[in-house]
Amino acid sequence: MVDEPGGGGGCSPQDYPTIDPSSFDVVLCGTGLPESVLAAACAAAGKTVLHVDPNPFYGSLFSSLPLPSLPSFLSSSDDSVVPSPSSSATTSSTTSYAVVDLHRRSLYSEVETSGTVPELSRRITVDLVGPRVLYCADEGVDLLLRSGGSHHVEFKSVEGGTLLYWEGDLYPVPDSRQAIFKDTTLQLKEKNLLFRFFKLVQNHIAASSTGAEVGEGEASGKLPEEDLDLPFIEFLKKQHLSPKMRAVVFYAIAMADYGQDGADSCDKLLTTREGIKTIALYSSSIGRFANAEGAFIYPMYGHGELPQAFCRCAAVKGALYVLRMPATALLVDEGKKRYVGTRLASGQDILCQQLILDPSYEIPSLDMPCNAPVSNSPRKVARGICITSSSVKQDSLNVLVVFPPISLEEEQVAAVRVLQLSSNLAVCPPGMFMVYLSTPCADAFTGKKYINKAIDILFTTKASDDPEGHLEITSENNKEVKPTIIWSCVYVQEITEGTAALSCPMPDENLDYRSILESTKKLFAEICPNDDRVNLCLQGAAEQSSLLSAAQFHLAVSPEVTQ
Amino acid sequence: MHGRPRRPDKPEDAAAAEAKAAKLRDLQTQVLRNHHSHTYSKEALGLSFKLLELNPEAYTAWNYRKLAFQHNLGELSELEAIKSSIDDELRVVELALRQNPKSYGAWYHRKWLLNQKLAPVDFKREFGLLDKLLKVDARNFHGWNYRRFLAKFMGVPEEEELKYTMDKISDNFSNYSAWHNRSILLSNLLTQQKKGFESKQKIFSEEFELVTQALFTDPSDQSGWFYHLWLLAQTSSPENPQLIALWPSNGAKLSLSSVREANDKQNTPFSFSSICCYSLKEGILPIVLFFNEPVKGLTPSSVSLNSDLVVGKDIQWRPLSVTNSGHSNCWVTYLEVSNLEYCSSQQFSVEISIPNTDDIVSRSGSIYNCPVNFTFTFEPNNIDSITKDTDLIHDPISWDCSEPLPSHVKPSCIHFDQLKITNALIQEESKWHLERLSDELDLFRELPDDNSKFAKLTLARLLLACAAIKSRGSSLIERRGYCEEALGLFNDLICLDPSHKRYYEDERSLVLMDQLTCNMESFMKYCSVQVLPNLAPLNHVQLCRLSLTRIGFVERLLWVQMLDLSHNNLRSIEGLEALQHLICLNVSNNQISSFTALKPLTEMLSLKVLDLSFNKIGAHPINTTRYVCPSPFSHKVEACEAFEECQKKHINVEEFWDAILFFKHVNLVQLGFEGNAIANKENFRTLVVTLNPSIKWLDGACVH
Repeated sequence: MVDEPGGGGGCSPQDYPTIDPSSFDVVLCGTGLPESVLAAACAAAGKTVLHVDPNPFYGSLFSSLPLPSLPSFLSSSDDSVVPSPSSSATTSSTTSYAVVDLHRRSLYSEVETSGTVPELSRRITVDLVGPRVLYCADEGVDLLLRSGGSHHVEFKSVEGGTLLYWEGDLYPVPDSRQAIFKDTTLQLKEKNLLFRFFKLVQNHIAASSTGAEVGEGEASGKLPEEDLDLPFIEFLKKQHLSPKMRAVVFYAIAMADYGQDGADSCDKLLTTREGIKTIALYSSSIGRFANAEGAFIYPMYGHGELPQAFCRCAAVKGALYVLRMPATALLVDEGKKRYVGTRLASGQDILCQQLILDPSYEIPSLDMPCNAPVSNSPRKVARGICITSSSVKQDSLNVLVVFPPISLEEEQVAAVRVLQLSSNLAVCPPGMFMVYLSTPCADAFTGKKYINKAIDILFTTKASDDPEGHLEITSENNKEVKPTIIWSCVYVQEITEGTAALSCPMPDENLDYRSILESTKKLFAEICPNDDRVNLCLQGAAEQSSLLSAAQFHLAVSPEVTQ
Repeated sequence: MHGRPRRPDKPEDAAAAEAKAAKLRDLQTQVLRNHHSHTYSKEALGLSFKLLELNPEAYTAWNYRKLAFQHNLGELSELEAIKSSIDDELRVVELALRQNPKSYGAWYHRKWLLNQKLAPVDFKREFGLLDKLLKVDARNFHGWNYRRFLAKFMGVPEEEELKYTMDKISDNFSNYSAWHNRSILLSNLLTQQKKGFESKQKIFSEEFELVTQALFTDPSDQSGWFYHLWLLAQTSSPENPQLIALWPSNGAKLSLSSVREANDKQNTPFSFSSICCYSLKEGILPIVLFFNEPVKGLTPSSVSLNSDLVVGKDIQWRPLSVTNSGHSNCWVTYLEVSNLEYCSSQQFSVEISIPNTDDIVSRSGSIYNCPVNFTFTFEPNNIDSITKDTDLIHDPISWDCSEPLPSHVKPSCIHFDQLKITNALIQEESKWHLERLSDELDLFRELPDDNSKFAKLTLARLLLACAAIKSRGSSLIERRGYCEEALGLFNDLICLDPSHKRYYEDERSLVLMDQLTCNMESFMKYCSVQVLPNLAPLNHVQLCRLSLTRIGFVERLLWVQMLDLSHNNLRSIEGLEALQHLICLNVSNNQISSFTALKPLTEMLSLKVLDLSFNKIGAHPINTTRYVCPSPFSHKVEACEAFEECQKKHINVEEFWDAILFFKHVNLVQLGFEGNAIANKENFRTLVVTLNPSIKWLDGACVH
């Protein structure tokens, strides 16, 4: 079969297997996380599912690739489009549907690499969605637990916590009572106000979760409505938090993207309600699993494991999987103005009730009315991948770093997030660290500028010829020496909202999967409109493993002893 | 483990509990049978194990296992066999602890086993067990106890254990046990002057710094505040016990006359360099020593007393305290002066000296190291006229606190100053203390939590500690400032934290009393000399309408003979027992609720006139003072006699037991009692008259 990843352009239709049956309830093209979750959910709901992917690996835009395969994946573009083998044969079929050619586009641009690819590069796994983590208590984890997907993934915690870049230095983020107590950089007054703020939020969360409608008001611990509608940054000011503490809460705990101190940048306004929701998730994540330190966990072997886990769940429930199988065209019922199937690279037409496509497929704008207006300027996210030789934080393996707006430059409007991963996650050989960076940006130039600035602050590029001599220097003034970059790559990814009901969300600028899963849930509600038990559907799969609880799951989060 | 609410049992739980109880009863009878028949077979031991696994609290079963272990040990000779039998026992303990990690019996059994020292202890295993246990519940004090035991057993350096407490505090700083262990370890390390622990000041500065981090992070967590309180106590109070007051004072010239001399001119100001000091208990002169903290060990050898009076006679010092701990702030001895042949105007001198002695120790074990020496003289005037003490009071004494004190008769200043004996305090140390406390004061004034009760309370305590240090110097204005601020804080706290209102009121009373009595100028407003017909003038102090809830600073009142505390909110008069010269006491219009609360009065040999009217005695069926007072009346043989005596008069002993015990121990001439619930009870009057035959006036009316 085809060895090169990323396409089958040279294949003749005869090289592809024929799929039997040729009609399914649901057909999904692309094995990204949203498609995989949908496949698992649909299969669990008792639908017949066909799941195809043009690539020879799972994950599509959500996959983790071996380092050597990365450049070709990032540069793959329209040329991988397989012309529909029988596009002319529209009328030859017995049924009356039109065939519309599908095109795939590349989301990546401005790819820039530097440095030398290290040895053992095949042992280096690169995430396409980085930097990304899961909250221990987030929906993704719950989905894994309910679907049984957790059997197939193992996690480790981001045990080094979060660092905040503030006024030229990196500070640990005090995210808990104990962390505030131990912090040596905070003033006593700051400690007091910060914990008071946490307690206020905790009380609100506790009061809200018990749903005590009766005890409304001050006594119940709930925050008043007018506070919840305030911009979060205003609320933080109201709590007398210092600018640094505000940055800690706003960018390093609530994970806000855009600076909101200025009056004009109101397009991405974060309300107190939203901010507190994230803090609630953050705090319920801490300590959810006995073995997990901190709020965040990362899947071993990379994020590509997650779609695979859901695909396996789907397969267990009877979904049919065909890799290396691009979809080349859509079948349209012109009368009813809806998609009724897809033509695969093999030339076979597959009919289905519901068709779901990977976001890299360009969905042709038919004469059908689009139900969502196309956003005129697509969002962009600049991403960076670095391989380094040492950790940004002593004695820590996996660390998150946040550069809040303005910290890099006066004009910087969005935060830059950095995730360092170590070999304990089996993403790189020992002695190396994988570092992912991302920042949302309006244009590629500024996005890449801030990624590069952050890289310059954290790392040094001058590779030492004599590693032993270098070590000696490190031991002399170990704090001053930054980790050295071995290899790096900076690129820009485009984010477009799904234009039609059949397109899945693509990897976004967020640190977690919450927004992606939210869109996926909506999609599922459209596929199974009469089934309002959106989440319950996945539970069906987990019924036999109903004992699978958080307690059991914690076994999969294995702690690693830092040396 | 902590803060989890109990839930009511479900019906199915009740059935399970029933079954478990039946099983337990069965096992228990079998184990007891084996115990009585000295059956120590394997099967029998297995039964006891089953019982302990179910119920680790069955201490008889633990004891049985100990006997069995010792019995079976006799048959073993090889070390390996002994080891394995020890291991078996240890495993039983572990399983029992799994059932209940706070089982006293199980922990004791383990300690007992290790203390047998039959085989080398596997410390790794023991500390491993502890680590696991303290991970589950970091505040399990059994675990901490056992850790201390192990550390001592194995000889772990205390520095190491100190590090361990730090680790646990880093994990979670709301850990009383860890802070507590820290305080113990630090005390030991500092006393032993271990390397790195030579400077108390340096260590304490660091500890203040550490605990402040916790306090500022979460001011609502108590554990840190308790540690801070310990640090504060270590910083503000002198390390060794000190004698702070005595009576008669140094250099005093007493004239033991009880009757006003006929030739005494009315208008002559009394010369109080010779004080009319007498005890109405015939021929007894009390000598009172007052320390700044409870001490024990005052014996004829540790306190030497020389006098022309008591030649070769052993003087017994007695602690004056409502507790039976043996420690007391106040110690008394009674000089017998009646059996002497008096020549008129002959003076006797008494010399008391306390050298450096290891005998006198405080509760914390620090020794008295501040030698003092003092003398006084007395003159037994008109001793012949002391025929019958009760006759001295010819007319009932009337209290009138609304009337301003006569300004022309004031006790002379001399003896007030004479009360202060220890101004020679270690000055260079207190300078550091004051600096440290001022730093803390500044810090807590900055604490943004305005409404944290702990913050306010700590601030108040810091202020008072500063005031206490200042009182050793002479900066009275600063001192007054501290007291005023503390008073304000206590007033705030009473509103802020009403459930601990009484504590704050007590503390406020102490500050008030301190303020009123701390210097001559303010105290004199409350002092006078009361001239009563036929009696020598009495030193009178009037502290009325001050909302006092308790008495403090009694060391400044040792010379008082007539004390008016009416119209306050006193619930307790603890401390008054030190006033060995007190003859008349007015505690009317207070909140005293039982006779148990009046126990201190039974220690006053001279008390003749007592006004208890308008209190709450008998108003509440439950005597809460019994829980507050460490030890109510102790049962003595004489008590039984009093009971019998009352029974003869058909007095309900069960109802009046505390009244009977009280009146048995006092000998009053005048008693005011109206306005108490108990006064209306049948037979109560009979009771008083029966037990106090000398009584002349009851509620203002003549008895006879």
